[in-house]
Amino acid sequence: MTKVDVPLYRLAHARTGDKGNRSNIALICRDPAFYDTIAEQMTAERVAAHLAARQPRKVTRYELPKLAAFNFVLDDVLEGGVNASLGLDGHGKALSFFLLTARVIVDAALLGQMPAAAPELLHELEK
Amino acid sequence: MTGPRLPSWLMESVVRIGCGAGFAGDRADASAAVIAELVRFAGPRFLMFETLAERTLALCQIERRRDPALGYSPAIARMLPQALGPCLANGIRIIGNFGGANPRTAGRRIAELARAAGFPDARIAVIEGDDLSETFSAEELRAREVDGMLLSGKAPVVAANAYLGAGPIAQALDAGADVVITGRVADPALVLGPLVHVFGWDWADWHRLAAGTLAGHLLECGAQVTGGYFADPGVKDVPELAEIGYPIAEISPAGTLVITKPRGTGGMVDRRTVTEQILYEVHDPAAYFTPDVTLDIMAVELADDGRDRVCVAGARGHRRPDRLKATVFVESGILGEAEISYAGPNARARARLAADIVTARMRRRAPDLLLRVDAIGRDSTFGALAAESATDAPPPSEVRLRFAAQSARRDEVELLLDEVEALYCAGPAGGCGVRRHFAPRLGSASCLIERERVEPRVAFVGDGA
Repeated sequence: MTKVDVPLYRLAHARTGDKGNRSNIALICRDPAFYDTIAEQMTAERVAAHLAARQPRKVTRYELPKLAAFNFVLDDVLEGGVNASLGLDGHGKALSFFLLTARVIVDAALLGQMPAAAPELLHELEK
Repeated sequence: MTGPRLPSWLMESVVRIGCGAGFAGDRADASAAVIAELVRFAGPRFLMFETLAERTLALCQIERRRDPALGYSPAIARMLPQALGPCLANGIRIIGNFGGANPRTAGRRIAELARAAGFPDARIAVIEGDDLSETFSAEELRAREVDGMLLSGKAPVVAANAYLGAGPIAQALDAGADVVITGRVADPALVLGPLVHVFGWDWADWHRLAAGTLAGHLLECGAQVTGGYFADPGVKDVPELAEIGYPIAEISPAGTLVITKPRGTGGMVDRRTVTEQILYEVHDPAAYFTPDVTLDIMAVELADDGRDRVCVAGARGHRRPDRLKATVFVESGILGEAEISYAGPNARARARLAADIVTARMRRRAPDLLLRVDAIGRDSTFGALAAESATDAPPPSEVRLRFAAQSARRDEVELLLDEVEALYCAGPAGGCGVRRHFAPRLGSASCLIERERVEPRVAFVGDGA
């Protein structure tokens, strides 16, 4: 079986929410067929490593198979949160798109089911 | 599609609740299409507005202290004049947290707007009791802080408000209110209140309270469930985003709900838009705490129910938390931000030199001030996360530098802004487009408050309010 290495962006979409200095990133499979692949590879440890530069104190993963989704809760990653951070994105709203740059290895046949999406953007992510 | 679907006999008894705003800065004209859609149906119909972010309420408290006739949401003037007439004329009742730090005055203002719209007899209810600043000392709040040490400092408390539940909203509607104005309530309570009023759900019927809370959670951010905050061109396309329709929920007495939007509007409702919003700002999906119920969405299932209609079923509820959440704001100095651009050949090196100049001067003149410097377009959003990918990036055609600092020392923050502006004449070649911004900062802390120390009150304008 051929495997390909792709950005998570190919398999999922995401939305970030914030409360205080805690961020949650909902990661949603573009197709429920990707659920097992993502469940296996996007562990809490993997997400913590991907966001290591933000030094998360703790990462918790909740699994929602009925919604083909995962909810990652990241403690203390918002530089104090929207009322304390000196950064432009104090909410951490863009963290969802950062998570989607993580690489995953997926069956080529499974990926083939997805309609090709914005090829030039994918090139940008994949180089 | 298989999955949950409303039988036709239930469709006839649904309650329809539309959303006119999901935050204070939302579109003033968003409610028009929602009202036009609600008008097409008989049965109980409501329009909710969520306009009171945590920080908005703190700013309201500051304003009220300056002028006791103010301190309510400025969104009233933008959003309500055009909505009140059509709602009152058609029996669509309004629930909104426009009250801010001053629900009574907000209620009187809305009564004036209703009179101007031709409805002098409109019944306007106001809900109070969320403001803890009179009943709790700073020490008492400090003892109740969770997950932090903010209140142990000496910074003065600016605002302390508990999240009230849906009870007083239902009570106001039971008493005949056409418009219910609250201060701080849990956002989903703006939807659960009318549902309990219509269906008479028991306050210990956790599963139904959970369903109503989930409906509120899906409506409270306005267009975020109808294709807003979702579009990613070529990947997740949304039709006619420029005229996006705001959501309407149809809720059955059993608690099954459909999320939809007004006909003829842009945007879309599908399982993806609903899923993103279900998990928005949720931590443990089995335990989303609200004043009325602990919502559990682990078993929630979605089913397509025709174009721009998604049926949501399976919310479960558990006993409500023993204590109420409150948010407390303290003064935390001044935030200053200043930006300058460098463009053309060698822009990156000139921008780096500018950053070095300001950093060096500030280190000598305000050594304790923590300074942040970003290059917008390169790493300002992801910060350190972007550092690795930025190293081999091609030279930019322009760099916009951003400097930011926060301090209780106003003079030091002002100095930073002055130093950035001085780059015009004394910095590297070609600096342009300086903008500076200066604003008071408020730090926020969460507290847990015993229910018996919080007393929600309902009053009617002209009748004690």
